[in-house]
Amino acid sequence: MDILLQQIFNGLTLGSIYALVALGYTMVYGIMGLINFAHGEVVMVGALVALSVMKPLAAAGLPGPLVVLVALLVAALVCMALGFTIERVAYRPLRNAPRLAPLITAIGVSIVLQQLAMLIWGRSYHAVPPLLPAESHEVLGAQITELQLIIMLVAALTMAGLILLVNRTKLGRAMRATAENPAIAGLMGVDANRIIALTFIIGSALAALAGVLVSANYGIAHYHMGFILGLKAFTAAVLGGIGNLAGAMVGGVLLGLIEALGAGYIGDLTGGILGSHYQDVFAFFVLIVVLIFRPSGLMGEKVSERA
Amino acid sequence: MDQKTKAYAGTFLIAAVLAVAPFAVGGAFGNTWVRVLDYAALYIILALGLNIVVGFAGLLDLGYIAFYAVGAYLYALLASPHFGLHWPAWAILPLGACVAGLFGVLLGAPTLRLRGDYLAIVTLGFGEIIRIFMNNLNAPINITNGPKGIARIDAISIAGQPLSKAIEIAGLKIPGVYLYYYLFVVLALGIVFVSIRLQDSRIGRAWVAIREDEIAAKACGIDTRNVKLLAFAMGASFGGVAGGLFAGFQEFVSPESFGLMESVMVLCMVVLGGMGHIPGVILGGLLLTVLPEAFRHGAGPAQQALFGKVLLDPESLRMLLFGIALIAVMLYRPAGLWPDARHRREMAEKKS
Amino acid sequence: MSALLEARGVGKKFGGVQALKDVTLTINAGEIYGLIGPNGAGKTTFFNVLTGLYTRDGGEVLFAGSPLRLGSPHEVTRAGIARTFQNIRLFGNMTARENVMVGRHARTGAGVLGAVFRSAAARAEEAAIRRRADELLHYVGIADRGDDLARHLSYGDQRRLEIARALATEPKLLALDEPAAGMNATETAALRVLVEGLRADGVTVLLIEHDVKLVMGLCDRVAVLDYGEKIAEDVPAAVQKNPKVIEAYLGGSVA
Repeated sequence: MDILLQQIFNGLTLGSIYALVALGYTMVYGIMGLINFAHGEVVMVGALVALSVMKPLAAAGLPGPLVVLVALLVAALVCMALGFTIERVAYRPLRNAPRLAPLITAIGVSIVLQQLAMLIWGRSYHAVPPLLPAESHEVLGAQITELQLIIMLVAALTMAGLILLVNRTKLGRAMRATAENPAIAGLMGVDANRIIALTFIIGSALAALAGVLVSANYGIAHYHMGFILGLKAFTAAVLGGIGNLAGAMVGGVLLGLIEALGAGYIGDLTGGILGSHYQDVFAFFVLIVVLIFRPSGLMGEKVSERA
Repeated sequence: MDQKTKAYAGTFLIAAVLAVAPFAVGGAFGNTWVRVLDYAALYIILALGLNIVVGFAGLLDLGYIAFYAVGAYLYALLASPHFGLHWPAWAILPLGACVAGLFGVLLGAPTLRLRGDYLAIVTLGFGEIIRIFMNNLNAPINITNGPKGIARIDAISIAGQPLSKAIEIAGLKIPGVYLYYYLFVVLALGIVFVSIRLQDSRIGRAWVAIREDEIAAKACGIDTRNVKLLAFAMGASFGGVAGGLFAGFQEFVSPESFGLMESVMVLCMVVLGGMGHIPGVILGGLLLTVLPEAFRHGAGPAQQALFGKVLLDPESLRMLLFGIALIAVMLYRPAGLWPDARHRREMAEKKS
Repeated sequence: MSALLEARGVGKKFGGVQALKDVTLTINAGEIYGLIGPNGAGKTTFFNVLTGLYTRDGGEVLFAGSPLRLGSPHEVTRAGIARTFQNIRLFGNMTARENVMVGRHARTGAGVLGAVFRSAAARAEEAAIRRRADELLHYVGIADRGDDLARHLSYGDQRRLEIARALATEPKLLALDEPAAGMNATETAALRVLVEGLRADGVTVLLIEHDVKLVMGLCDRVAVLDYGEKIAEDVPAAVQKNPKVIEAYLGGSVA
């Protein structure tokens, strides 16, 4: 079996999920300059809501893909409402507060969501029913599952849709204008509050999708899954150049690849001293190196501070 | 009373309260609560260290707990059967401050030119890296003993007397938690003293200037890189001392004590209390140590009394309320519970 | 007259845009030197290159006879060039006095140990910093605002405070970036008195200004930038008659 190709497949799958989550971070950051720390928890809520919908429907004998679609729809609606509420309650009142204040409320929101999820779904790991086709095919000596292909395809299509939305529609133009300068955009008749709320809603829908995909990929979901995923995705967003949509996608895919290849080869590289449990170190290490040599990320524009 | 007499009277009052606190608390609620006070003093040291970095210099550090971990592990390695070393605490604690400070410089040197939010994420990553290493450095050479942690660490001793053992003075039995309390409070007061002196100095002003406007600070001739590094190193060394104390007090360390949640907790102490305002930070440290603990003990019985059974897991209820409290305080008092006079003035202006 | 600052062939590019092209000029010790030009002519860019905020792409700058290492603003300040900013950059949450005290940073040396142990030397230095700050507040005419937060000062007073803070660094050359921007006539007149006082006290001043009347009345010599190039350098009366300058200003506004 070709290990390199295998790890590339795994990395691309993981990377497409990171990219979806990273988009949520980057859109909010681009418009408000805020790290939405709670975004990872929205992904978690999406995964668990979808799971709760899947179980009874699957038990009723409906076809797998249909069940997933319905579950995804419900999860997306719940997450969109959640995203809207978070922005309204925790961020909007703090637009002009000291810089750290919204970060602290974001941490507060994360904790609340995590604990609520634990009260609702419990502490245990939930098995996600295998509803999507997962047959394995051999490609050039490596195995790729249909599930992996579906994940990559769905992620790619969603991202293409998002790019069209931002670059081709009136809403997208308003979003870009608000990101550039909220005050001026306001003068031009753009309702910044509405645009920001919409940004959160769109980001949360992507989070729900990512939640469904990631739990399908690993076959498990639990109340604590959002945190580390969120952290990785934020890393991906920074890696690509935060605030830049294409950057988030590239950063996500790249991070997925780095992790998969790092985990696959770190043992050989270090003569067995470091094992695959250093996977996370690898991701953060790359992040630090990139930030030091290219502080604005791979695709971020170099902005010199104005005097 | 003139100003000076008042100041002396105030100092005396504080000293008296601090001195009798463990007896009052221990007598009323039991020694478990003196232990909570010990932790409060430790967290106050940590929070004051982070306050230098975040509150004074305005550098958002989300991996601060890593320095605490460095101090703790250094103590654990040098004073436990793990390596068979039994160095005295008075040698390890200053060393811990230096090593943690060095780590601060190592992390700061390449990253401090990053913009605020990037610095936050890099420090967060650094914290995670340190934790992952602690978790995994048990093979091929067993340095940290992995997730199992290091146990049977020597207690801190002063003049041959381990603080973990009770002593008797004039027939009065003073338990170990009390002794640790006094040690931690004295050290915390020392750190408060250093913080106050620094705040009101050339260096302290340079930190605040950088927080306010980095470009203008450079134009004033401040070598912002070095001054920021200094803040990082100072904060880290306070963290290192606190870590060493923690290891000696607990007599056990494991990677679990040094997760991101701990960093967040210390950051919350600083921000909730009142960033950059030393009394506020102390208040934040005290509240966030004591209240959750009180809750842990009170939530179960309270539910039992109200509903006849425990409906919600007290631990999870505690975290839930903590999260809600964070949001509420930031919404209604974005400058913290006890901000300095300037911020207070500002809040008053906004209201009127 | 001796040259205090000599810029030779200074250039700066932003992406594909040549913001400064081969700018050469000399500022003599003790004069008020004006730098004017239409919007976007490169005045502030030159300023930022000079004070180390931007790195230059070519040329060299001699200051007080030795080459100026560019790209590190704090070293430029230490070498003796202080500046103010077009859009006022004060430390808003510090008092006016503290703002000026920060300006003393480069000329003082107390470190952590001095601060913690309050050594005699550190105490004396701190007292001297405070004294000098009060003197400077008095000098620029806002002695009574020392305890107010910088951002609570009026616009004109903020400009004065910024000048006091710059003077605290003991500059040989004080560079003012559009100090009269946003001022009313009374404030501008008072500013003029202040800058003339500076010259009388031996400080060399580089003045970037939009208010042509102020520049012409105040400066000993004036340079004009247009599209990043110096098109004139002379005494005000001669610059005003220079056909290139007239075209740069009028041509720019007509087209």
